[in-house]
Amino acid sequence: MSVRIYVPKDACSIACGADEVAAAIEAAALSRRQPIEIVRNGSRGMLWLEPMIEVVTPEGRIAYGPVAEEDVEGLFAAGFLTGGDHALRIGKPEEHPFLAKQTRLTFARCGIIDPASYTDYRAHGGYRGLERALQLGPAEIIEEVKKSGLRGRGGAGFPTAIKWKTVADAKADRKYIVCNADEGDSGTFADRMIMEGDPFELIEGMTIAGIAVGATKGFVYTRSEYPHAIWAMEKAIEVARAHGMLGVNIAGSQYSFDMEVRMGAGAYVCGEETALLDSLEGKRGVVRAKPPLPAHKGLFQKPTVINNVLSLTAVPHILADGGEFYANFGMGRSRGTMPIQIAGNVKFGGLFETAFGITLGELINDIGGGTASGKPVKAAQVGGPLGAYVPTWQFDLPFDYEAFAAKDALIGHGGIVVFDETADLAKMARFAMEFCSVESCGKCTPCRIGSTRGVELMDRIIAGQRVEANLATLTDLCQTMKLGSLCALGGFTPYPVLSALNHFPEDFGAPPRHLEAAE
Amino acid sequence: MPHYEPWSDERARAVIEEFSHLEGPLMPMLHAVQETFGYVPEAVVPMLAEMLNISRAEVHGVVTFYHDFRHEPAGRHVLKLCRAEACQAAGGDALADHAEHRLGCKLGETTADGRVTVEPIYCLGLCATAPSAMLDGKIVARLNERRLDALIAEAQS
Repeated sequence: MSVRIYVPKDACSIACGADEVAAAIEAAALSRRQPIEIVRNGSRGMLWLEPMIEVVTPEGRIAYGPVAEEDVEGLFAAGFLTGGDHALRIGKPEEHPFLAKQTRLTFARCGIIDPASYTDYRAHGGYRGLERALQLGPAEIIEEVKKSGLRGRGGAGFPTAIKWKTVADAKADRKYIVCNADEGDSGTFADRMIMEGDPFELIEGMTIAGIAVGATKGFVYTRSEYPHAIWAMEKAIEVARAHGMLGVNIAGSQYSFDMEVRMGAGAYVCGEETALLDSLEGKRGVVRAKPPLPAHKGLFQKPTVINNVLSLTAVPHILADGGEFYANFGMGRSRGTMPIQIAGNVKFGGLFETAFGITLGELINDIGGGTASGKPVKAAQVGGPLGAYVPTWQFDLPFDYEAFAAKDALIGHGGIVVFDETADLAKMARFAMEFCSVESCGKCTPCRIGSTRGVELMDRIIAGQRVEANLATLTDLCQTMKLGSLCALGGFTPYPVLSALNHFPEDFGAPPRHLEAAE
Repeated sequence: MPHYEPWSDERARAVIEEFSHLEGPLMPMLHAVQETFGYVPEAVVPMLAEMLNISRAEVHGVVTFYHDFRHEPAGRHVLKLCRAEACQAAGGDALADHAEHRLGCKLGETTADGRVTVEPIYCLGLCATAPSAMLDGKIVARLNERRLDALIAEAQS
């Protein structure tokens, strides 16, 4: 009998050798005349175990990892096809504490199904949300999203239902749904993983958004650094079209919606929604002044919903199980779940979806297992290159938009980059300024010139020149950038810089902070 | 190793025209030109301007705005090292120094023999298995000195 083996084709698994492992399994099976079927799934998100392969046995799926090409012969010898014991045997993945502790809604299917299979998607609850959306109609879809309390997962945390309502109320001959999949923040990979592991979910979410606001065309704007995600999305779009789930009269309804994938060209600022729209139009990715809001005048000056991948992929669940169900998770005004990404110098890095409210310390120390280097944690940067460096003494901070904001930090896209004690936070502050100067679109002065001056200041501070005076100028410059920049690139670059300075002044050659007194 | 075609006016026109039915076609067109020729030749700028009924300055502005678009051909192999925060946290600085030392050129440059262009890249989205790199489109994670040396050897062969 043919044995089914799952070998992920998530980019992370491929980068760790999954293609070679799949080929080795195929060859070993062939030489043993053992019929097998290899399914290339997404990743479960336990990325330190990648490539993590799974064998289907009568007891369920049994995982092994991290598997290298040279382990394959040994796995066959150990009888892994029947779940045999081996040093790399993990057991049932869903019983692994890393997965067992999660609340997976958006990532419920990721790593389980074949991402290119429409049948698999359907069999695991896919398109239940769209079916209910078709029964409800536009106004009630938006009402359901409102009840869920869903806020934009891209970083700003703006209520999704309000955005949708604005576009729905706008009068125009054409409206658009744009998915911001320009996931440029270091330490984030949730968009990539879902596009590679469960692309139909994004298609379903965008289709529901289209029906809700009266848009017939959608674009997924993603990065040239994500070739595997682009391939997976395009494949799924093709399959969805073939099944009548995209195109004219979706699923036999009165609604029509189609979509395509567009690729950026290595400009970080295009993750800013208005720069993204300009880039889609074929222009320089320059930030637009608001108003007008994209909801009124967005892509090609038409009313446009622009949402992050994680916002749109939450939508099918909200529709399938109801807004209240989703709102049951979370704390305060942060409702639902957040796919958190644990990365950098961390022992157990990966994708951890959970309700809002979990603390940073739990995520980094308990779930992430501390640093990979074994040295003590110094700080974590949360929310990408524009996010603050959070020191260990603030690790009791709960994952919640408001709690982070109160500490001058941001959740952003939910990425956590862990640094050990060898990190030099002055160098990281310089990097933040340098990154901003390289990636600035150039439209506003605080960002364009300020970041360059910031790099120069940091160079002087690091060289020990007039440290006190230069730090005062740096702090002043950060205020100007924060208040005077047009978008988050210039406006938030001060977060990593000032947090590094405030929490680790000794790295800048200034007197160390007095731990308790400053709190 | 990627194989690029020599410049041809006619070929460029054909490549571009394939995307003329799209809404906002300029970015897909530029990507296609670069995929065909390995860079975005100057001669393509007036061609695009005419086809899209925009000024040459506008096309030039777009080509020069995005980091991806090359203005001249790269070396035979392109090695991109991720230099973003997660990779820095996992020892990426030392690896970048090592690569520069081994290749005898700085990030952003091409070796004297034209074999390898080494460039920084800001995030491949492999941040939980950092540091990472990309050699001619092939992604590699959990990079260490040994693996980097193997990549460099592959690029130099």
